[in-house]
Amino acid sequence: MRSLIETHGLTAFYGDFQAVFGVDIRLDAGETIAVIGANGAGKSTLMRSISGVIANRPEMILHRGEPIGALAAPDVVRRGIALVPEGRKLFPSLTVEENLQVGAYGRKVDGPWTLETIYGLFPILKERRRNPATALSGGQQQMVAIGRALMSNPDILLCDELSLGLAPVIIKDIYAAFSKIRATGAAIVIVEQDIAQALKVADRVYCMMEGRITLSGRPAELDRADIHAAYFGAETHELH
Amino acid sequence: MSFIDTLLQGVLLGGLYALFAAGLSLVFGIMRLVNLTHGDLIVLAAFLILLIVSTFGLDPFLAAVIAAPLMFGIGWLLQYHLLNRTLGKDILPPLLVTFGLSIVIQNGLLEGFTADSRRISAGALETASVNFGGINAGVMPLVTFASAVLVIVALNQLIYRTALGRAFRATSDDVVTASLMGIRPNSIFAIATGLAMMIVTVAALYLGTRANFDPTAGPTRLIYAFEAVIIGGLGSLWGTLAGGIILGVAQTVGAAINPEWQILAGHIAFLLVLLLRPRGLFPRAVD
Repeated sequence: MRSLIETHGLTAFYGDFQAVFGVDIRLDAGETIAVIGANGAGKSTLMRSISGVIANRPEMILHRGEPIGALAAPDVVRRGIALVPEGRKLFPSLTVEENLQVGAYGRKVDGPWTLETIYGLFPILKERRRNPATALSGGQQQMVAIGRALMSNPDILLCDELSLGLAPVIIKDIYAAFSKIRATGAAIVIVEQDIAQALKVADRVYCMMEGRITLSGRPAELDRADIHAAYFGAETHELH
Repeated sequence: MSFIDTLLQGVLLGGLYALFAAGLSLVFGIMRLVNLTHGDLIVLAAFLILLIVSTFGLDPFLAAVIAAPLMFGIGWLLQYHLLNRTLGKDILPPLLVTFGLSIVIQNGLLEGFTADSRRISAGALETASVNFGGINAGVMPLVTFASAVLVIVALNQLIYRTALGRAFRATSDDVVTASLMGIRPNSIFAIATGLAMMIVTVAALYLGTRANFDPTAGPTRLIYAFEAVIIGGLGSLWGTLAGGIILGVAQTVGAAINPEWQILAGHIAFLLVLLLRPRGLFPRAVD
């Protein structure tokens, strides 16, 4: 079976600085995978590479077997790959509803997600739809960012650090929506620093450290000590 | 009575200045590009209208309708193939390139149309006037002002009511995130400059029918446009209209006191606003 997304020896640079060193990951249809790792492990760079914000060599990223590594972000979105960026990145000049609408700008396809179904997923957004997006709380802003990405009815949803800076109770609310998103058949990649959260929602987990994959597998098969070693490195492992 | 008359003439003149400025304001608002060629493009559009009028014997208003899509095309090509390459963190390249382009256009027009002063004839409309309880207002200035209001209403509708307008605002906020929405920033910028050139065509129609113009008339229009945008506050189109009106009133009041003071009075009003409200009267954005 052909995977939805495969990366092969993916490398990524910011100028002279190399952030990702030969990463191979795979995402199959309908699957949710989690990429965990500490700050600076290269997780966000991986997401930015797949979504086309960072250009790579074409064959480093395959979508349904076709090379997309060199495509620009607008072309990647048109293929049904949407990113919820780290830090939400809502448009301050737009209202909540306009932020959602602009999510469908480049890819208008029939699918499960419309303004109405997104308001069904996050009812609070309907109440606040005329507010400037930046007037919302952090959790509500994150809902807008997820809704905005869903508006293009993607087959693949990439979520970068959803829980960053949010209270645990709000993180729980946001992850509660994921079962409904999965039920539509979308494949999901979640980037998380919160290991417990990642293990709970993901079918498979990749752990990254210093730009490389250090561990991968199904949550049930992974040993907690191994995860710690893969996450923090072997030296600091003894400290815990 | 003569004071009210002066005031009215100033307000109506402000409509012309707002038309000069609206395109500049649009382009700056969306891509933070200061287009120093703006005034010369107004003059270029005026020559284009003149060419259509004299070649086909058309009414200038009809000629402007034909010129507008041509100017959109010129603006689109200019932005997509030249100005987009200059955009980035450094603000100097777009200034240098548009400054150079301004000289190119002036000399190109000089070559093609000579240095003679030109005027587009609007026939009987030029001298027609209406009487409001003892005050006479020219029909052309009234039509100019009405056009300015219409242009600004239409632009606001476009920016705040359409998918393209949302894309304009999103791109203005954050180019990278906009591209994640499937928006192609280079195309958005090209469309914005194309639209600005359509407004420039409207401005050129009234510039050409109300006053003489020649190939070097552009930079002065650019200064009036700049002053209107800055007085009004960056990013606000209604502010731009207000800025145009303040400039127009200052000039006519100055001229009423002493004809030599017309231009100077406008610049002084501009400096006073800068002194008292450095960010303009109605600034929209906080950046």
